[in-house]
Parts: sequence; C-alpha cells; structure tokens
Amino acid sequence: MAIVFKKPNALTDKPFHYCPGCTHGIIHRLVAEVIDELEIEGNTVGVSPVGCTYNNYEYFSCDMVQAAHGRAPAVATGLKRALPDKVVFTYQGDGDLAAIGTAEIVHAATRGEKITTIFVNNAIYGMTSGQMAPTTLVGQVTTTSPFGRKPQLHGYPVKVSEMLATLEGAAYIERVSVDSIKNIIKAKKAIKKAFQVQLAGLGFSMVEVLSTCPTNWGMSPVKSLDWLRENMAEHYPLGVYKGKDLEV
Amino acid sequence: MGKRILMKGNEVIAEAALRAGCRHFFGYPITPQTEISHYMAKKMEEIGGVFLQAESEVAAINMVYGAASAGVRVMTSSSSPGISLKQEGISYSACAELPMVIVDIVRCGPGLGGILPAQCDYFQVVKGGGHGDYNLIVLAPASVQELYELTVEAFNLADRYRNPVVILGDGYLGQMMEAVEFRDEEPIEKANKDWATTGHGGKRTHNVTTSIYIDPNVLEAHNRKLQEKYRVIKEKETRAEVFNCDGADVVVVAYGTVARVVKNVIKDAEKKGIKVGLIRPITLWPFPTEVFDKYATVPKGFLTVEMSAGQMVEDVRLALNGRNRVEFHGRMGGNVPTQKDILEIVCQMADGQ
Repeated sequence: MAIVFKKPNALTDKPFHYCPGCTHGIIHRLVAEVIDELEIEGNTVGVSPVGCTYNNYEYFSCDMVQAAHGRAPAVATGLKRALPDKVVFTYQGDGDLAAIGTAEIVHAATRGEKITTIFVNNAIYGMTSGQMAPTTLVGQVTTTSPFGRKPQLHGYPVKVSEMLATLEGAAYIERVSVDSIKNIIKAKKAIKKAFQVQLAGLGFSMVEVLSTCPTNWGMSPVKSLDWLRENMAEHYPLGVYKGKDLEV
Repeated sequence: MGKRILMKGNEVIAEAALRAGCRHFFGYPITPQTEISHYMAKKMEEIGGVFLQAESEVAAINMVYGAASAGVRVMTSSSSPGISLKQEGISYSACAELPMVIVDIVRCGPGLGGILPAQCDYFQVVKGGGHGDYNLIVLAPASVQELYELTVEAFNLADRYRNPVVILGDGYLGQMMEAVEFRDEEPIEKANKDWATTGHGGKRTHNVTTSIYIDPNVLEAHNRKLQEKYRVIKEKETRAEVFNCDGADVVVVAYGTVARVVKNVIKDAEKKGIKVGLIRPITLWPFPTEVFDKYATVPKGFLTVEMSAGQMVEDVRLALNGRNRVEFHGRMGGNVPTQKDILEIVCQMADGQ
C-alpha cells in the first residue's frame, strides 16, 4: 500500500506533551516538513526557548540547543557565527521573545543575523499558567490581568512583526495563522520561505504564527480557534511585513 | 621563546587567546577591560575570526553559550558590573558543561562603584555568582607574563573538563604594561568534542545542549556527575606559589597584584630580622587548601591581604580550620594596601601583638 501521509523525518518518535487543542504540534510539524523538503536536517541546529516548548529539543531530530529565557537569538547568533554554513533557527513564544528577550530579538534582526525565528504568538504565558503577556489583547482576562488588560495600567499589546520590519537587517518577516487548513498551508509556505532566505544568506527571517492556548484561555479548542479569528487576527493582521518581493 | 616585548595586560590576554586558537569573541564595552575588545576587533578581522560587540553582557555570554555549543574555542571579557549581568549564562554554561573562557578584570564596587582596581568580586566569581551547585575554574595571574600563560592554559582546562574557566585579574593587571615573552608554539590540547551541536550530517543521532532536567533523579544524577568532575579538578589542578615559607615567622596570603606588594614587604621585613612567607593561590577555585597544612603551625600566624573588605580570608580560615590565628588587612574603593601598612602589621604580629 502506498504511504500518503507520515511523520516527517525531522521529528523524533517522542510523543508531544502539549495540551489538547494547542497548536504548537501543528507548527512543529510544519517546521519539520520544511526541514525535510529542503533536505537540511543534518545541517541544521535549532534553539529551544523557555516556555511550553522548552524541551522541543526532544521532538526535532536535528541537533538542538536549549537556551535561557529570551536568549535564543543570542545563542543562535553564537551558533551561526561559529557554523556559518549551517542552518540555525529559534523557536520562541511571545513571553520569551516579546518580553524578556526583546533586546536579543531586536539586535539579532538589527545585525541581520542569518538565522530564522519561528515566533509563536498566543497572547498569553502558557507554561507558567496563563499570565498576561506583552501580546495579550486589551480587555483579555489572564491570571495577572484578572479584570482584563487595561491600557492605562498595562499598556498596549506589542506588534512584533511590524516593529522588526522597520529594521534594515530583517530580510523577511511574515505573520501567519494556523486556525484553518487554508492558513496552515500559507503558514508552511512562509516558514519554508524564511528558511530559504537564510539559505540564500539574505539576512534575518522571522515568521510570527498566531496560535491558541485553550487551557489558559479557558476555552474549548474549537472555540479558541474562533476567538483567534475574531480577536487576534484583527489586532495582528496577517501578511508579509518585510521582503514581499524577495526571490528565493 | 621569542624576544621580550612590552605590552599592556589586557592586550596580552587577547593575544594569548588568539594564540590558544580562539577565533570567536563576544563582548560588551566596560572599563577597565575594554582594550581586550579593541585588540580582538582588529585582529579577528585580519585573521578571519569572529569579533562581535553584543547589545549587552547578557547577550554576549549567551552568544558564547551558542558558539561553545558548536565546539569552538570562545571567549568573553568584562568587568565587575558586567560579570553580574553574565551570571545567568555562566550558571547555564556550567550546567550544560560548555568550555569557555571568561575574563573578569575587577573594578571596585558594589554598584557602579568605580573604575579603579579591586579584588571585591572573589565571592561572586569563586563561590558562584549564579544559581545552583556549580564551580568555575578560577585562575588568578599576578603579572603580564602570567596573564599570557594562564590565558592559554585556561582554554586547555576549559576543553579538558568541559567547564567555564575564569581569568580573574584586578584592574592593575589589565591596565599595566610589562615585558612579556611569547612562546614560538603554544601547548594547545586537542579535545574530543563529539558532543557539539554542529549538525548531525546524517551520521549520528542528534546532539543536544541543555541545562534543564525536569526529573528530580536525573537532575540529581547530573549534579553528582558535576561534583565528581569538580573533585577531579581539585585533585589535579590546584595551584599556588609558595615563597619563603620554610622557617617563616609570619605567612602572608595574597593573590594578584597584592601578592607583588607582599614580595616587597618580605624584603623590608628581612632587614628587620623577621622572616615573612607568602602563599599566593594561583587557582582561587580550586583553593589550594592543602598547601596550608605544611605551614599551619607557623609561630606568629597568618595575615591575609586583599583589595576587598575580606573575602578570600574566609577560605584561608577554612583551610587552617582553627589551627592558627588569621589576621586580615584590606583596602577598598580602588586603594591598594601599601607596603608600609602591611609591614607594620607583620611587625606587630612578629612582636606577638
């Protein structure tokens, strides 16, 4: 019988530990499929963050380095400068990248480090049980904004893709979503392009992926996808923010 | 050996690193160690190495973490407040067993303190300024020649034990010019780095660099493995200079620049008929505890002199464990203990005071 669907080679056999309905699993698979399609698993080193995906070094089959909270872009910089012919990517959440690691991501992009960042934005801190993130929407209830995020108290949610797109070192920045089959296909194309931009040596590349956190949002997986479409997609418009006409 | 040349301490550290095969340097400007970056910025470009001025000390140490994961010889340098910022990355690197060399040219503190020389970061560096049970190998040079030799040695020790190594110097050592004689060829040890994350190339299962072990028994086992490594380092790598101690009335304990002042005190005391010995720890960790056993009963006791409020003196007291009196003299704020003051204390001790 012909095999029509299988686990990508770039994923190990270790079962994911993610909560039911969490979209990290989909995003991991997309990254792995791209690594397989580009045939770069043996040449790739990934960097794991602190957060729900702290141990995704157990899931990706390529060499992996676990980094301190927010420091993945700095660790990736060290790796890439030592291994300029290899592919280096970071996989980071919004607490990791947009709060404690803001300096590291901004300056990695500023320098035009030839690394690829997969930035998963689910508008909340997942692993530490649902605290307000820099990306939490106005009015959104979290364990540290129990009456909803209030701009006068907490400021406004940060738009990372728009911010990094202002930097000359950033070659390719796109925001995608994994809320529907159509968007998952688009997300994979973006992730592939981000890796191709690195392979072509064009500069820093990042794909921001809008994602759900049913557990900490307190919703069913299906309702979470609706909430993402109805609320997040409005504040975080999908699209290419840098490198729209880039040929790779 | 080649000819003797006059060089600044900080530049000698950088030159020594290059000679040891270091081709990756990540740093951030801070006085009084910045000449290391200046030298690296120029030389790395010339020889095709990597010099990167990071956005912060925090980023710099994490770049070192990344490059060390890839198995290359890598260094960063800083001074006291910058070393405080690096503590996160240092703890992670010790846990992940990454070889790296960290230079700390100490200035006076606490806080922003001042930019003048001090030895007030002994606790931070020797006892572990980061979290968790870990040890760094800490080397304490006392001359520009020793800055050179110990920096080369630091890279070998880092690779041999898969452990961060710190060159702990005070601002004087970094800033002063002195003659240095370079070897024609450096004693570079080649280490097996099959653990490095360089891309598996389809030839092996994936390598992982990590410092997280969620399972308590696995983390405890990892800690026990680290402790066993530290035991071997203590056994094999402890170093000290023992000078004029046989038959001494008083033994002075000092490291770095202060030890040089003490050597002059020894000459002055001799003229007064007092024999003064010097124990100069070269490895601050592992501390040369056993060296003290031989001289534990020196008649008039021990004097520890530091450019601090009294930090290494705690290790001296532990080494002697109540077997003799231990006096302390220290200066702070960038001041150096003077020959005159140390001599006066030594004379008082010899006099039974």
